Amino acid sequence: MEQKNKFNNRLGIWGWLSGGRYGLERYAYSLHRLCGLGILAYFLLHIFVTGSRIDGQGSWDSAMSSVEGIIFKIGEFLVFFAFAYHGLNGIRLILTEFGVFLGKPKRADFPYKQSTLRQRPVLLVVMVLAAILTIVGGWDFFIAN
Amino acid sequence: MGENPNMDTSQAEEIVKTVTYNVLRYDPDKDSKPRMQRFQVPVPKGRTVLEGLIYIKENLDGSLTWRSSCRMGVCGSCGMFINGLPRLACQTQILDLNADEIQIKPLPNYDILKDLVPDLKPLLEKHKYIHPNLVRREGKEIDGLTGEFFQTPKELENYIQFTFCIKCGLCLAACPTVATDANYLGPQALAQTFRYNTDTRDEGNQFRFDLIDTADGTTKCHFAGACSDVCPKGVDPAFAIQLLKRDMLLHKLHIKRKEKGVPILGKVTDGKRMKGVPDAPEKTV
Ligand code: SF4
Ligand code: FES
Repeated sequence: MEQKNKFNNRLGIWGWLSGGRYGLERYAYSLHRLCGLGILAYFLLHIFVTGSRIDGQGSWDSAMSSVEGIIFKIGEFLVFFAFAYHGLNGIRLILTEFGVFLGKPKRADFPYKQSTLRQRPVLLVVMVLAAILTIVGGWDFFIAN
Repeated sequence: MGENPNMDTSQAEEIVKTVTYNVLRYDPDKDSKPRMQRFQVPVPKGRTVLEGLIYIKENLDGSLTWRSSCRMGVCGSCGMFINGLPRLACQTQILDLNADEIQIKPLPNYDILKDLVPDLKPLLEKHKYIHPNLVRREGKEIDGLTGEFFQTPKELENYIQFTFCIKCGLCLAACPTVATDANYLGPQALAQTFRYNTDTRDEGNQFRFDLIDTADGTTKCHFAGACSDVCPKGVDPAFAIQLLKRDMLLHKLHIKRKEKGVPILGKVTDGKRMKGVPDAPEKTV
């Protein structure tokens, strides 16, 4: 007989957002999704702003002036970081989805070494590259211009 | 030493320290939502979290409810959320947790039936959905099996790791996609899909691909790896899912197709006995 008053214990959004005590890959997962959502939000804003060009120069100028200022500059820089990380991590994910870097299945002996650990150096390289790109981008955003 | 050193703390076992168990309680007949309850548990060397729970039930509160059976990491029934990670209570030693307080909740992402008992039905239904058995085109081959299938040790190596799944459900509790999406098939069922598809005795590849080639299948896995981090048997479901994705793609592109399973061997007497291998003992049943 099916019990009626069960308590719903699904973690929900917090479950995918928080890395908890799991490995680095789970944090990479959350960041990848957050960056994806950030890029999506940027695209929507971008379409809205550039779409104003249809209504003539005046409308374009006023739309552009409404996205000026330091907040938007920081926002744009964050989008730049999101692109860098999402793109690089995306390449890692595509490759791992083809089984690259994961090794071959074999009888598991204790202590187990799971596939996430085998590809971890690649994740670290992705993070370092994303960090370098972000630093270079930050210099271009805030210092050079 | 008492006969059962896990139960009786009055025996010669030296208590190393006392820890606080902070345990989630939920009685579906009385409570509208769960609450936490604290217990003091003496810890001799080697005591597992499960043994601590047994201590509470025997000495402090007989109403505390959980599931366990084998006490040796085989039956997969004692999965719990212990100090922030899904673990088997019988395989987790209290002293290894290195903490004075131990928080124990039922596995997340499953409904709570009572106290620490999760409703594992979704796990088992998803497992069943992918047909976790050898599928042969000629069904009668399985029903009236006449001999062994011919499978080499190398072929076995390709999937043996994934056969060790004990259906404990820790992986679904850890999976961030399952956290928001109840329909996602999840690491356990997908790993078992790969396990059976890779078994050379099986001919159900296309059949299972059709079952999982939906929005709730492999595409929802973004390799967070948490399932593999917590799997107590080294099954590495995240690994299996990535290999499954590759196989599905190659299958679709007609690059890799496993159409026919290995044949069934004739009677043992048909083969040539290796030198020095003794006869099998007489049948007793
Ligand atoms: S794959 Fe591992 S964690 Fe998941 S149910 Fe099987 S044994 Fe448990
Ligand atoms: S009691 Fe069987 S796995 Fe823990």
